[in-house]
Amino acid sequence: MKASLTPVQEFLAERLGDGALEAHTFRGDATVVVARERVVEALQAVREEPWRFEVLLDLTAWDRYPAEPRFEVVYHLLSLHRGERLRVKTRVPGEDPVLPSAVPVFAGANWFEREVWDLFGIRFQGHPNLVRILLPDDWEGHPLRRDYPLTEEPVEFRGHVPKVPSEIIPHLPPPRRDP
Amino acid sequence: MEPSQGLRQMESLPDRGRELAGGLARETLTINMGPQHPSTHGVLRLVLELEGEVIVSCQPVIGYLHTGIEKEMEHRTYHQNIPLVDRIEYLSSYHEELAYCMAVEKLLGVEVPKRAQYIRVILCELNRIASHLVWLGTTGIDLNVSSLLMYCFRDRERILEMSEMVSGQRMMPGYFRIGGVAADLPDEFFPAVRQFLDEFPRRLDEYEAMLTDNLVWRRRHEGVAVLSREDALRYGVTGPTLRGSGVAYDVRKAFPYSSYEDFEFDVPTGENGDAFDRYRVRMEEMRQARRIVLQALDRLPGGPVITDDRKVALPPRGELVRSMEAVIHQFKLVSEGIRPPKGEVYAAVESPRGEKGYYIVSDGSNRPVRVRVRAPSFSNLQALPTMVRGGMLADVVVAIASIDIVLGDVDR
Amino acid sequence: MTREDLSGLERNVLTTTVERMLAWARSSSVWPVQFGLACCAIEMIATTTSKFDIARFGMEAFRASPRQSDLMIVAGRVSQKMAPVLRHIYDQMLEPKWVLSMGDCASCGGVYNNYALVQGVDKIVPVDVYVAGCPPRPEALLYGLMKLQEKIRERARAGGGR
Repeated sequence: MKASLTPVQEFLAERLGDGALEAHTFRGDATVVVARERVVEALQAVREEPWRFEVLLDLTAWDRYPAEPRFEVVYHLLSLHRGERLRVKTRVPGEDPVLPSAVPVFAGANWFEREVWDLFGIRFQGHPNLVRILLPDDWEGHPLRRDYPLTEEPVEFRGHVPKVPSEIIPHLPPPRRDP
Repeated sequence: MEPSQGLRQMESLPDRGRELAGGLARETLTINMGPQHPSTHGVLRLVLELEGEVIVSCQPVIGYLHTGIEKEMEHRTYHQNIPLVDRIEYLSSYHEELAYCMAVEKLLGVEVPKRAQYIRVILCELNRIASHLVWLGTTGIDLNVSSLLMYCFRDRERILEMSEMVSGQRMMPGYFRIGGVAADLPDEFFPAVRQFLDEFPRRLDEYEAMLTDNLVWRRRHEGVAVLSREDALRYGVTGPTLRGSGVAYDVRKAFPYSSYEDFEFDVPTGENGDAFDRYRVRMEEMRQARRIVLQALDRLPGGPVITDDRKVALPPRGELVRSMEAVIHQFKLVSEGIRPPKGEVYAAVESPRGEKGYYIVSDGSNRPVRVRVRAPSFSNLQALPTMVRGGMLADVVVAIASIDIVLGDVDR
Repeated sequence: MTREDLSGLERNVLTTTVERMLAWARSSSVWPVQFGLACCAIEMIATTTSKFDIARFGMEAFRASPRQSDLMIVAGRVSQKMAPVLRHIYDQMLEPKWVLSMGDCASCGGVYNNYALVQGVDKIVPVDVYVAGCPPRPEALLYGLMKLQEKIRERARAGGGR
């Protein structure tokens, strides 16, 4: 843990002990990474006085395939009282993507968790109604996973053009050294 | 009339039906509203359970406009995503572009020139007026004040003409770039804006005279679709829907961006959290938006309209003839795109519907790993069942209209 | 020419004239069904307002019920979840009916080419007129509607049904 943590990051580090894995600030955004069993506890802790992060702005996830743990679930919180935002993250492995639901803490997490289940396949234990929300009910697969193809339809065109739009500008890896 | 009063009244009526027919069971009626429906403002489906005329429960079913934009954005470079981003919340495209460009600029650590920031503010506030005019017009046509649609769209056409002068397109401009805007404002833009803003307060006064003290409008809006302060905060509601419930949270004031701290404007709030308060909040927001545009026009600084960091923005055409480096930069930017450092950011703007945020994760390559759109309409719609429970069926139409959802934003 | 030929000719002239009159009536009063899906719907609404005025073509009566309408303007992107609903609404419309695919997303998938969207609504319903644009200007939509009117009248002149 580096120096210059914000007060709420220090509070979470103290409160969770080794449940708080990392804390950093990048471009002004304060982030805390917690262990997946402790995430609901962390959300509840910052919701109370004196922090009052009462608004759950966003609950989302992203796929770090092929790195493990595969999924990172991200909670964006807002404190009107302090005029601050906080990002709480937790990591979930690919073979067992389960974590406790945040619905008891924030009622607004309901649809967000359904969307994460729909698009990533991450289960939330304790969610009242974990069914698909954006895709048809009989859809198979979880589209926003990185191993799910974009399913582009090739353009029917005979000529010297790439077949699918995403191949027009190639995907370049990060530069080997810092520019 | 209180929203739950209807249900209580129903239960206190003497049960003549049961008396007469000797033990009739009462059951609820489940009806389906949408996805093709004139008053759902898009492809929204509501499964309503009614007891007589009173709503017992409401379940929105969304996803009929799911476009897979977030996945599509992972397969394109950062610049190629700007036209995609326009089409998410299609009524406030400038705000979308601003949020996305701000997030990428934050990730890169790039400074946007002052003139570009003021231009962005002008266009975003004009877009706010246009979006609120669509809200007012479509609410009017839902409540059978159909001439209101014609009046509001007549004013909106003026703003779309201005958008066309600036970017070439009425909707989906694709005008903002990472690091600034694509080109400077043309000369014919300024007299057009000033003329529009001179006439606009009179138009707004006409609409308010027609509606605010209108008995029918008030009866259909007051006490309808009430959202309490606690419920609004629980569901993560933002924007005029939250401000109508009394919470003065506006991203422009709380986390100022793009030079909003230079301008003086008020943030209107309501008290009761009913549809009438939201109506008042949006009408006042249109006036405040006009105020901001006038200040920005008066104080518009000179200077470049895009950053001169050649790793981010294309060099001006004139430089290409003179400098070999400029040609190389142009080539790299067009064929590969920018490569931000590894990391993640969240940047938000105040769109006409609420807090529109972008959470972008980058791994250092020329495509984003994850672009997450924090859609205000998604959270606002989650509060709809709470707002309509215990009210009448006709109030659902008013509730949906007063939240002002855009289904492209809800489903992405 | 024999006598039978001449009487056949009279019958054909009468039928063709009736067809042409019907086609004139149908094309002058096409009632679209409200099927605005996404951004193109906003431009469709703008077409009905006073600056562009679709009412001069007789088409301002956008019916909510498909049973009362002739034309389905598919305005916007059609997702996989919406596709069965689209077909259902189309099936509920009564003959004669036409489909106008408004915008790039309805015509060919548009800017998007992914798992979630139907790449062109002509995979589900037969389309009569395609209007390109993202979104098409109201003038473009009006031009598409005028082309549809011409198509209705052409069919009759050529002697075909519908």
